Amino acid sequence: MSELATAPAEVPADEPSEAELLRAARSRRRLRGLLVLCVQFVLVALVLGGWQLGASRGVLDSFTYGSPSGVVGQLRTWFEHGTASGSIWHNIAVTMQETVLGFVIGVVAGVVLGVALGRVRALAEVMAPFIKAGNAVPRVVLGSMFIIWFGLGPSGKVALAVVLVFFSVFFNAFQGTREVDGNLIDNARVLGASEWQVTCRVVVPSAMTWIVASLHAAFGFALIGAIVGEVLGAQAGLGQLIQQAQGQFNADGVYAGILVIAVLALAAEFLITRFERRVLRWRPTALSGSTGL
Amino acid sequence: MNATTTDAVPAIELRGVTQRFRTPSGGVHTALHDLDMTVAPGEFCAVVGPTGCGKSTTLSLISGLKAASAGRTLLHGEPVTSLDRRVGFMFQTDAAFPWRTVLDNVAAGPRFRGVSRRDAVAGARDWLRRVGLSGFEDRLPHQLSGGMRKRVALAQTLINEPEILLMDEPFSALDVQTRQIVQDELLGLWELTRPAVVFVTHDLEEAIALADKVVVLTVGPGTVKDTFTIDLPRPRRVQEIRFDARFVALYERIWTSLRDEVRLAYARSAGADPGAPTKDATPSPATATTATGFSAPSEPATTPSDDAEVH
Ligand SMILES: Nc1ncnc2c1ncn2[C@@H]1O[C@H](COP(=O)(O)OP(=O)(O)O)[C@@H](O)[C@H]1O
Ligand SMILES: [Mg+2]
Repeated sequence: MSELATAPAEVPADEPSEAELLRAARSRRRLRGLLVLCVQFVLVALVLGGWQLGASRGVLDSFTYGSPSGVVGQLRTWFEHGTASGSIWHNIAVTMQETVLGFVIGVVAGVVLGVALGRVRALAEVMAPFIKAGNAVPRVVLGSMFIIWFGLGPSGKVALAVVLVFFSVFFNAFQGTREVDGNLIDNARVLGASEWQVTCRVVVPSAMTWIVASLHAAFGFALIGAIVGEVLGAQAGLGQLIQQAQGQFNADGVYAGILVIAVLALAAEFLITRFERRVLRWRPTALSGSTGL
Repeated sequence: MNATTTDAVPAIELRGVTQRFRTPSGGVHTALHDLDMTVAPGEFCAVVGPTGCGKSTTLSLISGLKAASAGRTLLHGEPVTSLDRRVGFMFQTDAAFPWRTVLDNVAAGPRFRGVSRRDAVAGARDWLRRVGLSGFEDRLPHQLSGGMRKRVALAQTLINEPEILLMDEPFSALDVQTRQIVQDELLGLWELTRPAVVFVTHDLEEAIALADKVVVLTVGPGTVKDTFTIDLPRPRRVQEIRFDARFVALYERIWTSLRDEVRLAYARSAGADPGAPTKDATPSPATATTATGFSAPSEPATTPSDDAEVH
């Protein structure tokens, strides 16, 4: 900018070329990113360091509050020697299976029902009170019911995840279907589309913006469903590990479990964001901006 | 029009059509009242009238997207019961599917109608060439200028080779230069397949330049006030025909008919007295031609340079 401003207008040769401007902008952006990363690193170091320091000095009771070194030790034990309920990988696999299965079933059910009710007014009118009632039930209490129905196996956890995912996706799919530009539907119909084609080729792609937006929260709900289900009673899984640690007043164990879950959730979030970018490539402005929040 | 078309069954026939709507406050609003109108096969009919007089509603009825409250709508002598495959409809606002490329947008009609993907795409390429959009097949609609988006809509509609073409103020969002170019293109394409056209516009100049017949609707509830035959020779060039003495004479006659309706509509919406002068608001052909009276370009612009921002 400053070069541009100082360069005399009659001498265009002195102006930085487009490539130079781009390069300057890029290096400025990289520098900024680096700075943000440094600050973030310092923040983490401060919190963890303070925690560790407090624990080792006895300011924070390490039995109650645990300590970073204790958490690391717990994680090492889990990954090297396994847990009381099999290897840590087995536990992760169990939780992820429940989560992903609950997520997929819940999303499919939510999208199908949301689009159907959004398209067919009569259906929406009939179903509205039931959906509202279902949504009003605090869904975590359904976990106890599912344990009675399905026992301690994974089915109950999947069911809880499905219920949680379903509602978050359903309302978005329904709203997205209602918001589809009527002009586009009319255009498709005049061009020769059947009602089914209108649904598949116009309504669903249009509502995709809404549906995909709900997937971030939905995966979180799937994870909550699986873990709460495990905490309520299970033979394996991360929720069950946390539950065990809690029973033994092992604060480090609880934190270690939370840490593993957070890593899994972040990995899933990354995948969903990639999927979102791909599905909504056509949009004039990308949804997930550079702020990444 | 000529003898062959007047003898035949009309392509479009509206008989005593009335359309009422429920208003949000629970009342009934009459948009069209006892409307009679016929369009012969191959005839280009322009419909003008003040805002809110029911022009768009008329097109919805012909297309079968809406059903009339009373009266009969006939296409080629058969009553309209649902959407008719012979009808093409170009909407006022952009109706291209924003997630599809230009090529897929144009291929949409044949695809919906069961044509194989290969044939549909081949046809779409052909039509994109005809509207001067070769090379833009892979663009998304939002990556095009306003004029180009209109051409996509035109190709998307015409690829189905409609016998009846409905157009709702299709070019109102374009700047004057782009509009004239696309108007000429429309006339050229219309000559290819010669569908019956109902072209809704609020621009009287556009109506006269394009049409065989101009129908003036009254202020709402809309009904036909006057019908004027436009006996200007074809082929026409939109930029030049406005200088024609016959054009100016027709403009004055039709404007006299339309003016009262426009004034009335304006008075209603503004709550002002109906005698208020509104003639200044609408350009006479003389002022309009001086405003845009540059030498006509010899070729339709097919480059992205004809940037016209819509909305
Ligand atoms: N779906 C609808 N519900 C209620 N009123 C409507 C509806 N569609 C159109 N109208 C009314 O009917 C009249 C004619 O509308 P329209 O055909 O869109 O007019 P134009 O296209 O000539 O501007 C307007 O007064 C409008 O408010
Ligand atoms: Mg209109």
